[in-house]
Amino acid sequence: MNHQRREVLKAGGGLGLFGLLAAAGLITPGEARAEWNKAAFDAKNIEDTLKALGAGAPASAAEVQLTAPDIAENGAVVPVGVISTLAGVEAIAILVEKNPNPLAASFTLPAGTEPGVQTRVKMGQTSDVYALVRAGGKFFMAKKEIKVTLGGCGG
Amino acid sequence: MSMNRRDFLQVLAVAAAGGLALHSDPAAAAQAAARMYALPRFGQVSLLHMTDCHAQLRPIHFREPDVNLGIGPMAGQVPHLVGEHLLRHFGIRPGSAEAHAFTCLDFVKAARTYGKVGGFAHLATLIKQLKAGRPGALLLDGGDTWQGSGLSLWTGAQDMVDACKLLGVDVMTLHWEATYGEARVKEIEDKDFKGHVDIVAQNIKTADFGDPVFKPYVIRNINGVPVAIVGQAFPYTPIANPRWQVPNWSYGIQDDNLQKVVDEARAAGAQVVVVLSHNGMDVDLKMASRVRGVDAILGGHTHDGVPAPVVVSNAGGRTLVTNAGSNGKYLGVLDLEVKGGKVTDFRYKLLPVFANLIPADPAMAALINKMRAPFEGRLAEKLAVSEGLLYRRGNFNGAWDQLILDALLAEKNAEIAFSPGFRWGTSLLPGDTIRMEHLLDQTAITYPWTTLTMMSGEQIKTVLEDVCDNLFNPDPYYQQGGDMVRVGGLQYACDPNAAMGRRITDMRLHGKPLDAGKTYKVAGWAPVSEEARNAGGEAVWDLVARYLKGQKVIRPRALNLPTLKGMAGNPGMT
Repeated sequence: MNHQRREVLKAGGGLGLFGLLAAAGLITPGEARAEWNKAAFDAKNIEDTLKALGAGAPASAAEVQLTAPDIAENGAVVPVGVISTLAGVEAIAILVEKNPNPLAASFTLPAGTEPGVQTRVKMGQTSDVYALVRAGGKFFMAKKEIKVTLGGCGG
Repeated sequence: MSMNRRDFLQVLAVAAAGGLALHSDPAAAAQAAARMYALPRFGQVSLLHMTDCHAQLRPIHFREPDVNLGIGPMAGQVPHLVGEHLLRHFGIRPGSAEAHAFTCLDFVKAARTYGKVGGFAHLATLIKQLKAGRPGALLLDGGDTWQGSGLSLWTGAQDMVDACKLLGVDVMTLHWEATYGEARVKEIEDKDFKGHVDIVAQNIKTADFGDPVFKPYVIRNINGVPVAIVGQAFPYTPIANPRWQVPNWSYGIQDDNLQKVVDEARAAGAQVVVVLSHNGMDVDLKMASRVRGVDAILGGHTHDGVPAPVVVSNAGGRTLVTNAGSNGKYLGVLDLEVKGGKVTDFRYKLLPVFANLIPADPAMAALINKMRAPFEGRLAEKLAVSEGLLYRRGNFNGAWDQLILDALLAEKNAEIAFSPGFRWGTSLLPGDTIRMEHLLDQTAITYPWTTLTMMSGEQIKTVLEDVCDNLFNPDPYYQQGGDMVRVGGLQYACDPNAAMGRRITDMRLHGKPLDAGKTYKVAGWAPVSEEARNAGGEAVWDLVARYLKGQKVIRPRALNLPTLKGMAGNPGMT
């Protein structure tokens, strides 16, 4: 157990993660208010979401890695991580195809940031999940099916 | 009819005279029985492997499945072979003791001939005998050890914990153990097992930060060879079983992390790396093709009694994959020859444990009797007499499950009943008395509540589709390793080859199509939700015991089975 991490998070609990990072001088308050792409978050299907993000039809790339469970332990909080080995990553987005609004998260990465994000997404049913990466103005993606099951009845 | 050792040898001789067994005279039969357990030593590193005993401390009958379908690339492949198909594949002579151990063929007759299997007192003798000829051999336990009997439930698994220490288990991994809750598992690890048994699980982490909960592996020196035993717990424990029992633990297959652990163990000097796994055999086979540097995966969970290992090629070389059955019925023996710091050859045998052929170990027998003593009265309670064979294994239904479904329908006044597709549960022969102990062998879990729910036809279909995909998803990483939910009252057709959500069709209740919009009274048990825990509900063994006592004599019943599509010729059916 890493108690130090727990203490840091406990201390930061009141501020929220962005507050904590801002307080630590890691990001400026301006960056914490990154532009909200309303059209993308409101889109109801993958095609409209990609369009609103300006991504068109991104190519699958081995340089984008999506880490997620094969079967979700809890559909309400499914851990999803994205890392990329592409140069000049500017943004990372996570899309859940069968959610009412597919765009679950969008990260804007200031220059020099290591391209790796982790979050938890909510999923109502089994779905393909997309990791979308913008690097040098071009879009790349990776895809993985995450199963959401009712549970029970195991061996 | 139970036989002693001499009777057993005579039966072998008689069978031989009839041309069924391996031998032509009584002396040869006696020698063959002795040979079954007299394995010559090979190499320097020996591992004894037991798994999924489901708390069966005493000898039992256990009928292997007559339906264990493989679909997609798994069709017709080990372990999805049953009956004659299995015998042919492994070159086992029909009518032999081994044929009885590994298949359901002629089960009742063969069970009366060869007697009960397993039992920790008999297992203890066999292990002592094997260890005497294999200095330094380790005993590995693949898990599902603490659950499956009334005694283990009532003692909080203390019976199994003490028995495993006496048996000399060196390393174990987990599945059903976790249904006693995180605190109980940790208490046993920190107190009872300290200095005796290592629990290993590379794929259990804390749910918040992903810190390890157990040691990922241990390295033991066997005759000068450093051997790493890596643990792989059942990856879908919080999904297949209640998540509230392990709220702070996160699981998953995690083969990336397994690769890191294997590399770390090799870097630490391990010349042999073995994964002690509770994945289930299909998952183990896929994992063996992806992870490098593993000499063998000793597997369990799917209760497949597989006589010989499957050799899987991968980028790092070759990996052996085994599965050692269930209920104490078998003991796996893996002998490895190590030369120049590498495994160069192996021998493997999955030994059936015939209780009549192996004398009971007095110390283990005494411990079991002592543990049982306070509960004998409750365990022996007579509920009914069964005229037919009672068993559970099979993809879609078993005679025990049909009885539980009938009890749920009657006692809950329901239209439809569901019973989980568990693969544990002992068998009873025709004419046997059903005692409370036998009912608990089918039902002893820490979330035994019965439920009655109003469900729409659409919800019922969703449940059936969901469970069916856990069994027949063409990618084993999306399977959970149980069997199909047993269904009472409702008829349906099933196409295992179809896509998720399209396998279940033609659902009918009393001949009439199920209405997607109409609601039905559905009885069930073993709910995994926390709400169900708070709601309580009668324990399933109380409900079924009441039903059995009312029936007194249980006649053989027709099993409610789905109409299967697209499975003709599949060697996963007899």
